[in-house]
Amino acid sequence: MEINKEKLDEIILKYGRDKAHLLAIFQDVQKEYRYLPKEAVRHICMRLGMPQVDGFEVATFYKSFSLKPRGKHTVHVCLGTACHLKGGADVLLSFMRELKVKTGETTADGAFTLESVNCLGACALAPLVRVDEKDFGKTTVAQSRNIIRDFTDHH
Amino acid sequence: MVQLSINGKKVTAEEGEALLKVARREGFVIPTLCYHELLGSSGRCRLCVVEVNDAGKKRVVASCLYPAKENIEVFTDSDEVRLVRRTVLELLLARNPSAELIQHLAKQHGVTEVRYTPDQDKGKCILCNLCVRCCKDIVGVSALGMSGKGPMKKVGPPFDEPSETCIGCGACVVICPTGHIAMEEEKGVRTVWQKKFELAACPKCKRYHLPLFQLEWISKTRNIPVEELMVCEDCR
Repeated sequence: MEINKEKLDEIILKYGRDKAHLLAIFQDVQKEYRYLPKEAVRHICMRLGMPQVDGFEVATFYKSFSLKPRGKHTVHVCLGTACHLKGGADVLLSFMRELKVKTGETTADGAFTLESVNCLGACALAPLVRVDEKDFGKTTVAQSRNIIRDFTDHH
Repeated sequence: MVQLSINGKKVTAEEGEALLKVARREGFVIPTLCYHELLGSSGRCRLCVVEVNDAGKKRVVASCLYPAKENIEVFTDSDEVRLVRRTVLELLLARNPSAELIQHLAKQHGVTEVRYTPDQDKGKCILCNLCVRCCKDIVGVSALGMSGKGPMKKVGPPFDEPSETCIGCGACVVICPTGHIAMEEEKGVRTVWQKKFELAACPKCKRYHLPLFQLEWISKTRNIPVEELMVCEDCR
């Protein structure tokens, strides 16, 4: 993966090249690439004067960071108590079938990453699917194909 | 200095000194896995538990971290202590069923059955952190660390790839209490944490001894000519 070191340095300098802001730097870099390329983590550690393994520890500790490339869109299928009772697991299975990936994986074309989530706090809409920032309440298995199409046609 | 008692014996200790240190100095046996003289306490393995009676308040504590205090009574082998220690060993045995030292300790402490499903993917690692601290604080190259969290937490080099900074010294292998870390030497090549190191052959006895990369590193950081280090310790 080719990374833009000038852009990284810009982000690092924005936070005063301070180790204490490692999380903020990682967040900004992840916004840029949709994941944390390990070359980027290496470069950041070098600039902040810390061992690579410390950056790796932080990057793997938080679930919001990913060291693997992520899709353009993230599909979150809720499996909280209410969604579970309303068939969330079946909805998740339908997305797995449609996208041909398992939970946590990204489609080969890099368009979608599929995730399950334990509760999105909108239980009245169960079973809930959230794609990026958009919510789809009372989802049925049959709707998963349409939801995917919505995000495939226009980005 | 403070006065306290361990298993009824009156002893003196520095205030704040770890109970484990005091007890061992006085000849009491307390099992540990994550404690090391050079690196001190980290309170991870919980095997060193003792019972402390502080003015009637009884608690089971990790002796490697608990500070010596005036007038406390310490018991290293009470029923409570034995119960906690057995539970700790049972959990460790469930995590690391293949670790010989844990099998031995469990047997020694009367753990005959494990009520939990044994892990198959943890090797012999108890996450004591000794290798990580040794690599950082003693060797000084920080080639090892923890990654992930919860059940996925594990020890290894960054990105689970051969580390750029590892010098192949093998200190992590030596300090690991359970023998989790593998290091192999074959035909003048040492392999540790997936990284291969060419070994230096001593010019006098022709024996392979240390990785060239390690010798170069020592030479650079300690300002000793590499030629001097190429001679093995026996021939020096």
